[in-house]
Amino acid sequence: MLSQQVTTLIDKELKKYPADQRQSAVMAALRFVQDEKGLITPDDMADVAAYLGMQQMAVYEVATFYHMYNLKPMGKHTLTVCTNLSCTLCGSGDTVAYLEKKLGIKMGEVTADGKFGLREGECMGACIDAPLLTLNNKKMCGKLTTAKIDKILADLEGGKA
Amino acid sequence: MINIEIDGKHIETENGSTVIEAAHKAGIAIPHFCYHKKLSIAANCRMCLVQVEKAPKPLPACATPVTEGMKVFTHSDQAVKAQKGVMEFLLINHPLDCPICDQGGECLLQDMSVGYGGGHSRYQEEKRMVLSKDIGPLVSAEEMSRCINCTRCVRFGQEIGGKMELGQAFRTEHAEIMSFVSGTVDSELSGNMIDLCPVGALTSKPFRYKARSWELSRRRSISAHDSLGSNLAVHTKNNQVLRVLPIENEDINECWLSDKDRFAYEGLNTEDRLTKPMIKQDGKWQEVEWQVALEYAANGLRHIANGAGAEQLGALATGGSTLEEMYLLQKLMRGMGSDNVDFRLRQSDFSADGKQQGAPWLGLSVADISRADRLLIVGSFLRKDHPVLAARIRQAVKKGLQVSLIHSVDDDQQMHIAHKAIVAPDALVNTLSQVAQAVAAKQTEGIAGSLVSGERVAVLLGNFAQQHPQAAQLQTLAQQIANATHGKFGFLGEAANSVGGYIAQAVPGAKGLNAASMMASPRKAYVLLNVEPELDCANPQQAMAALQSADTVIVLSAYKNKALDYADVLLPIAPFTETSGTFISTEGRVQSFKGAVKPLGEARPAWKVLRVLGNLLKVDGFDFDTSEVVRDEALKGVDVSIKLNNAITGVEVKAEVSAAGMQRVSDVPIYTTDAVVRRSAPLQATADAATPLVWMHSEELNNIGVKSGMNVKVSQGSGSVKLACRADDKLPKGVVRIAAGHSATAALGAMFGTITVERA
Repeated sequence: MLSQQVTTLIDKELKKYPADQRQSAVMAALRFVQDEKGLITPDDMADVAAYLGMQQMAVYEVATFYHMYNLKPMGKHTLTVCTNLSCTLCGSGDTVAYLEKKLGIKMGEVTADGKFGLREGECMGACIDAPLLTLNNKKMCGKLTTAKIDKILADLEGGKA
Repeated sequence: MINIEIDGKHIETENGSTVIEAAHKAGIAIPHFCYHKKLSIAANCRMCLVQVEKAPKPLPACATPVTEGMKVFTHSDQAVKAQKGVMEFLLINHPLDCPICDQGGECLLQDMSVGYGGGHSRYQEEKRMVLSKDIGPLVSAEEMSRCINCTRCVRFGQEIGGKMELGQAFRTEHAEIMSFVSGTVDSELSGNMIDLCPVGALTSKPFRYKARSWELSRRRSISAHDSLGSNLAVHTKNNQVLRVLPIENEDINECWLSDKDRFAYEGLNTEDRLTKPMIKQDGKWQEVEWQVALEYAANGLRHIANGAGAEQLGALATGGSTLEEMYLLQKLMRGMGSDNVDFRLRQSDFSADGKQQGAPWLGLSVADISRADRLLIVGSFLRKDHPVLAARIRQAVKKGLQVSLIHSVDDDQQMHIAHKAIVAPDALVNTLSQVAQAVAAKQTEGIAGSLVSGERVAVLLGNFAQQHPQAAQLQTLAQQIANATHGKFGFLGEAANSVGGYIAQAVPGAKGLNAASMMASPRKAYVLLNVEPELDCANPQQAMAALQSADTVIVLSAYKNKALDYADVLLPIAPFTETSGTFISTEGRVQSFKGAVKPLGEARPAWKVLRVLGNLLKVDGFDFDTSEVVRDEALKGVDVSIKLNNAITGVEVKAEVSAAGMQRVSDVPIYTTDAVVRRSAPLQATADAATPLVWMHSEELNNIGVKSGMNVKVSQGSGSVKLACRADDKLPKGVVRIAAGHSATAALGAMFGTITVERA
């Protein structure tokens, strides 16, 4: 079942679209679920489908199409590192290697304590700040250096993020 | 109309059509995969790229609308280069497994690659692999690596089937066709995805590895399992039916076929097929020669006719019997002096007999349903009883048809229902009566409002309405509504030959007994044609009691069924694939077919068996050489349409007295409708064929102190069964929904009436 908070948010989103186009809110609805739970399970998709009057499979298509939707747990803090061309030219390979070493996990994995998840991302449209990563799809951190990464991780550990 | 030019040929075409439509109309082939004339345009395979004058690059013919003076080149250097390029991309990830692929020989990709593919591949890297999926017992998705992601199957589910059961998950090179959380595809039309799939990704599970398409002989035939009269091709090899495919007929089944018609053939050659005549002597069954069995049967009938009187003879056939079979059956009975013959086995109200001016039928043509703008459906499990017709209605709904439903259950019809009234069976007449009054008063709201505002209105009575104990009253009310709205009204026929039975006169005259009274006042002798009374009759308890108490029961059947308990003679007859015959569809279309294979063992076409019985009993006029002669005599050279008439007079519509207790609502599940379907293993493995449940409103379940999922004891008449119950809050209160026609519920009584449910 969708929580009260999530349905309230979806209802607000639905106001942006015509009444017979409820499925327009599907991406937002999935985002709200993920914000609340950290991931989107098939049950959640079925709930979203029922709430928006969509076919379950159609929700599944959307949820699997966009990589920012987590279909499995991605840790409390999901670090998404851009590995597209500009970032790679500016050294995102080193960023990834450093993060993997520091966290002791590989791309697509979550630390044993469930705190950090590391994921590959696509171009975030801010190549000027390359190399960069996003925190939980919300906060962008650019011009990454090892020192900056250390600070980001330390802040997150300390609960300051 | 606008003028365009394709490959130098001048073509006049409708404004708004696409290049590919115009080309196909002019007989110019454009290669394509994802385009299908019955589905929406996806334009994702890019195979149909063509050169268009003044366009800077090739355009997809399926998604390019025609414009005045457009010049299209389908085989120019630019077009062919584009098509070859697309082909190379499509083949990059497609496995080279044609020799072991079921689609080989009838594969669009294979054919196209001969025309546009290279002799070798430039691609050196690893091909992508897609894991197999289990999507149910009918459609195989074992080799999804073959999929070229045309999404025809996805669009079929969304647009034709009404439910999106398959979808394209993930993206780019990871995109794959799958169902939601490994679910099965449960659509009653799912087999059409096999036809639509241009490659060997979705194939027929029962047909897998059975034969190559070029080894098969094709015989035209007609659907024997529902009343639409779908045109189909029976594919055979070594005198065995190996598969059934649709034949396109825009006025009937378009290019679709229901799973029931497509996979029923698996029930033809089962273990319990009756292949030799058998007689019961001293309580023991023995196989005998035809001559012996026929004489035994004839003697049995003659003995009863001469002794107890001809009115002690009764004959019953199923609505799926051919016109010829039913005609000869009634001719035999009437020749012996009995008027007791009927084929309406699940009907319970016969008061329309004699008040009805002709044979009840659809009331309009099937194609006319697509043109209707208002439709009232009364008492029909539409999607399961008439799957392909429901798909047609679904398409019409998208174009503006308003469908209203009056019924006792609220199943998902997977289409938009404008208005509905879900009431208990005993309230059906009242509800329809109120609608009739509201229509007469030109009310503007609800069902009546919808009907009044229409220009082409149709009122259709479904199987449930025909089986209802006040069927004649429902018919009268439907007539009133149709008259008041200047519309049509009619019946969604229950079986392949529901109209044919009337035309063959396999219904009792004024003196005769109908199917129900033959069971209520048992006869001494019965002739059963294709009938499995415990599953086919309105009241199986009563039917079995009558048959068990009879002196002689002669069974013409393709199967050794429960008849072994009560019959005296079993005569093996041929199912529709092994005999020639005629079905008259619900729209009154007379369609004859030939046998596709020879009868199995010593089985013989039933019309031949009845002919010999007629000769042995010395009944006049039984010298027929072919089934065509029988058909011509049955039709009497008159056009059938003259005999079709739903008009009814002299039936009083009475205010209903509500019966005490819970009322039974029965559907006949889609895969239990006739003997062949019941034996088809793949169909029996589908979700639709699951053991029936007892459905009730959750409050009613609370009242008897059970929870959804628990077992309950259901009792009716002298029998009771134990089944699991489920809550369905869309059911009216006071109603128990429990399927008929299924062995698990055969011990119960009538399909309608009171029933008790208690904690098991």
